[in-house]
Amino acid sequence: MKSFKLLTTGFLALSLAAASASAATLDTVKERGKLLCGSNGKTAGFSAPNAKGKMSGFDVDFCRAISAAIFNDPDKVEYIPLTSKQRLTALQSGEIDVLSRTTTWTMSRDSGMGLSFAATTIYDGQGFMVHKDLGVTSALELAGAAVCTRTGTTTELNMADFFNKNKMEYKPVVFEDRSEEKSAFFSGRCDVMTADRIAMAGIRANAPGNPDDYIILPEVISKEPLALAVRSNDSEWFSLVRWVAYALINAEEMGVTSDNLAKMLKSEDPAIQRLLGVNGNLGEKVGLKKDWAANAIGAVGNYSEIFERHVGPNSPLKIERGINALWNQGGILYAAPIR
Amino acid sequence: MKNVTHPSGAGAIPGSSFWNQPVYRSLIIQAITFALIAGTGYYLISNLVMNLNARNIPIGLDFLAQRAGFDIGDAAITYTAQDSYGRAFVVGIINTLKVSLISILLATVIGIVIGIARLSPNWLVKNLTRGYVEYMRNVPLLLQLFFWYALLTHALPSARQAFNPVPGVFLSNRGLFLPTLESDSGFYFLLFGLLAGLTAALIWRFRANTLQKGTGRQLPVFWPFIALLATGGLVGWLLSPQGITVDMPALKGFNFKGGIEITTEFFCLMIGLVTYTSAFIAENVRSGILAVNKGQQEAASSLGLSPVRSQRLVILPQALRVIIPPTTSQYMNVIKNSSLGVAIGYSDLVSVGGTTLNQTGQAVECISLIMLVYLCTSLATSLFMNWYNASVALTER
Amino acid sequence: MAIIHSEPLPSRPAPASNSGLTGWLKGNLFSSPFNTALTLICVYGLWQAMPGLVNWFFLDATWSIFGPEGNANEITKQTVAVCKEAGGACWSLISVKHRFMFFGFYPQDEQWRPLLTCFLLIGMVLISGIRAYWKPWLIVAWLAAIVVCFILMMGGVAGLTYVATSKWGGLPLTLGLAVFSVVFALPLGIALALGRRSQMNLIRTLCVSYIELVRAVPLISILFMASFLLPLFMPEELTINKLLRAQIGIIMFAAAYMAEVIRGGLQAIPKGQYEAADAMGLSYWQATFKVILPQALKVSIPPLVGTIIGTFKDSSLVVIIGLFDVLNTTRVAFSSDPPWSPFYLEAYFVGATVFFIFCFGMSQYSQWLENHLDTGHKN
Repeated sequence: MKSFKLLTTGFLALSLAAASASAATLDTVKERGKLLCGSNGKTAGFSAPNAKGKMSGFDVDFCRAISAAIFNDPDKVEYIPLTSKQRLTALQSGEIDVLSRTTTWTMSRDSGMGLSFAATTIYDGQGFMVHKDLGVTSALELAGAAVCTRTGTTTELNMADFFNKNKMEYKPVVFEDRSEEKSAFFSGRCDVMTADRIAMAGIRANAPGNPDDYIILPEVISKEPLALAVRSNDSEWFSLVRWVAYALINAEEMGVTSDNLAKMLKSEDPAIQRLLGVNGNLGEKVGLKKDWAANAIGAVGNYSEIFERHVGPNSPLKIERGINALWNQGGILYAAPIR
Repeated sequence: MKNVTHPSGAGAIPGSSFWNQPVYRSLIIQAITFALIAGTGYYLISNLVMNLNARNIPIGLDFLAQRAGFDIGDAAITYTAQDSYGRAFVVGIINTLKVSLISILLATVIGIVIGIARLSPNWLVKNLTRGYVEYMRNVPLLLQLFFWYALLTHALPSARQAFNPVPGVFLSNRGLFLPTLESDSGFYFLLFGLLAGLTAALIWRFRANTLQKGTGRQLPVFWPFIALLATGGLVGWLLSPQGITVDMPALKGFNFKGGIEITTEFFCLMIGLVTYTSAFIAENVRSGILAVNKGQQEAASSLGLSPVRSQRLVILPQALRVIIPPTTSQYMNVIKNSSLGVAIGYSDLVSVGGTTLNQTGQAVECISLIMLVYLCTSLATSLFMNWYNASVALTER
Repeated sequence: MAIIHSEPLPSRPAPASNSGLTGWLKGNLFSSPFNTALTLICVYGLWQAMPGLVNWFFLDATWSIFGPEGNANEITKQTVAVCKEAGGACWSLISVKHRFMFFGFYPQDEQWRPLLTCFLLIGMVLISGIRAYWKPWLIVAWLAAIVVCFILMMGGVAGLTYVATSKWGGLPLTLGLAVFSVVFALPLGIALALGRRSQMNLIRTLCVSYIELVRAVPLISILFMASFLLPLFMPEELTINKLLRAQIGIIMFAAAYMAEVIRGGLQAIPKGQYEAADAMGLSYWQATFKVILPQALKVSIPPLVGTIIGTFKDSSLVVIIGLFDVLNTTRVAFSSDPPWSPFYLEAYFVGATVFFIFCFGMSQYSQWLENHLDTGHKN
């Protein structure tokens, strides 16, 4: 019995990760040697295993950027796959350090749950996808349709609001898991699928058969700023995550890319010098070395590179920049300056 | 519970040390256990309160009155997104009970048939049913549900090409649509007619039973019973002023309107539960029948009873006593297993509770509510089955 | 003339109509009009179903992979085209996806480790089935095997690279969940069963309430509790791994069922055994561990195997809280890769076969054991 007890204790000790959540997250991450990133793992374009079984996608690159800023190595990340139901609990309980999983920034999540949203990574909105053969051109023609969605999302609530507001009847079919939802939609169990439009473009791009058989309707029924979330009890960590994201956006604004990084390090522009840590040491303010942003940009590229790689017009998702363009190029992407 | 009989009972034993006195020792052990449990409980609860405070989550059931904001596809009572979380819970409970009850009934019927077939002298029947039972029992229900759901959504036609075997009946991957009766005056005439017919039929059965007990003469029961019921319905229909309106489902827009809708999710969960549980019930029935003394079968045959009648009148009533207790736990399993519907999009209690948990963050309350409901249903089922078991128990003289 | 045989006449052979093929057919398929009708119905049903099934399963099925080696996309494209052309089952799915189906996201180069883990666990289960080995050392061997499996999977020591639990998946996860559950639930179940029969009111009440509560609720609600509530009950600086939380949930669940089975065994022990143990002057623990439990466990083993099968099947429920057990990996193998998504039947067939082999094997074993252990206690 004694050896049994010993073993149990040993087993528990091995598996309990004592993460001091109230203490500095950054110290814990450094000590651990890797970043715990809450991800989806099943959404093409945002986070999904690539052909080599490695996680890749838009959401994944922000975790890689944070890892590069801390460790000067984008691969010191462990991706914890979470369902939409589990993601907030996982962050609250300290199971992950940062949540990068197409999570909408809302007031109730930001204020009432011990979470804080550090930075919006992409501005999305909820939409509808239908089969072309239905001949539907507007979401207002969807009265009586069967609608597939997932439980535990803002999508489920927006959908109810939209149909009720427009006095249309509908049949919700709500799934726990995205793969069941996709299977139900593509088999024709539902007429419509509703989700965030960019994520849905990924689903459409991977439709069995021809992606052109499905159309995404023009209506956008909600605002979905998808953002990085952290626990609200560590403001230093919050700043770090926020400013890594902002650095990538600022890099695009200044024209710094992963390719011209070496050249830009010799730039005369004081703003670029501040960003890349050539002049001054802003990284210190968030507990990092002064070349933090240069490392992040070198690893994943600037915002535009990330966008183009995973969701842009040349990717399978074929999403235009639209409102996600920089503020000075007709979009609303606006990062506070680094100085 | 009095199996372990240490020389306690009388209390303290003179001359032995304090620790060796069973009364004190038992008291001390219990006190330590209590302290441990209370301490752990206090520790956990204080953690909980601290965590909830840190996250600004209020404790209590107030959220049940708030507006739910989400819709439920398969609601048996009127429910919209404007209703409260409490009402959503009720919808979930009704859905759980609905699918469980229907599955229990069907699984019992199919289970009895297969259980008897397992003992058939016919080699083919015996082995085919054996294969069915072994396969169903040894593959997880969740996998079977995923399989059925994939099959039903992929193999059945879309709503526009629905199977239409009989007018008014449509089968598609949206579900099964059946005609129903409009609840106008004609419907009530029909209902009253049927009730009258049923009363007459019951009286006839009672008369036949008394006659048989008194004189031994048997009157036919089955066919007159059906005939009286049918006549009642027919008379009610003929008497109704406007006749009966049948609400036929028809394809309007995207979906079928009218009639009764049995959604794919419900249908799939039901098929899964019925096929899975019937295999277990069949095994109970088989072992129950095997437990009946062989002489009973021989005696029944020598009395000249047909195989069907000897099963119905002699074997099954005796086998029931062996069958009921394990079958009770199968019934409770059906109720518990219906929670797997959450994986295939059926809005049962766990699904609604899970959504509520996610929208409100009231994890403790939601999970406790879910567990409480299952606890009550399980208790109710076991009470009912115990009562039934007592009513078929051997009355010894 | 009297004919007197000094030897008994040899017995005559059974009439031709009762022996041989015709006799068997007559006895087993056509013994009465009712039976004949049943046989005809069954034969008709098989006649209708079998050709289609056999065609789909074997004749029209595709088994091999097509396309240039190393080019995953091209292989998928060509193989799927061949499968669709043939119209039957596409067993190529397994050839292409078997690594993911059996090992999930575990790094490809390290997959010998989960493979070894599976063999070790299956080997241990097989060894435990042999009665001659039911000795105390088996417990030690089990504990050792568990530690070895754990180290093999996790790595980080002895030159093995560290593999995070979030990458564990497939068959080793299913087997591991089931085995760990049984190994930890069994002692807990024994303790609960003994507690339920204790004379101490408090302990008895606690055990009864625990057992009845857990048995009344579905496993999903316990898994939800482990997944959502457990973190809330823990101090803020302590986080428990997601996999471990699910494992704790299954252990708690299985323990209650095992406790009931063992209680059945305890109740089957004649009162005389308790009295004899008391008369020998044995203490409660001596009596329990040397006299009562060995007998009670022996009686309980066949139903315990039933509970173990149940636990094995129930471990598939971790799909719902997002773990990648063998059911989830087979599901993801076809559903997350669009070209393969039409071949759901094949994938589920593989998953079902894996579960069936283990569960059917165990249930046959328990039947054999029941006959074997029957040493006359049943009167």
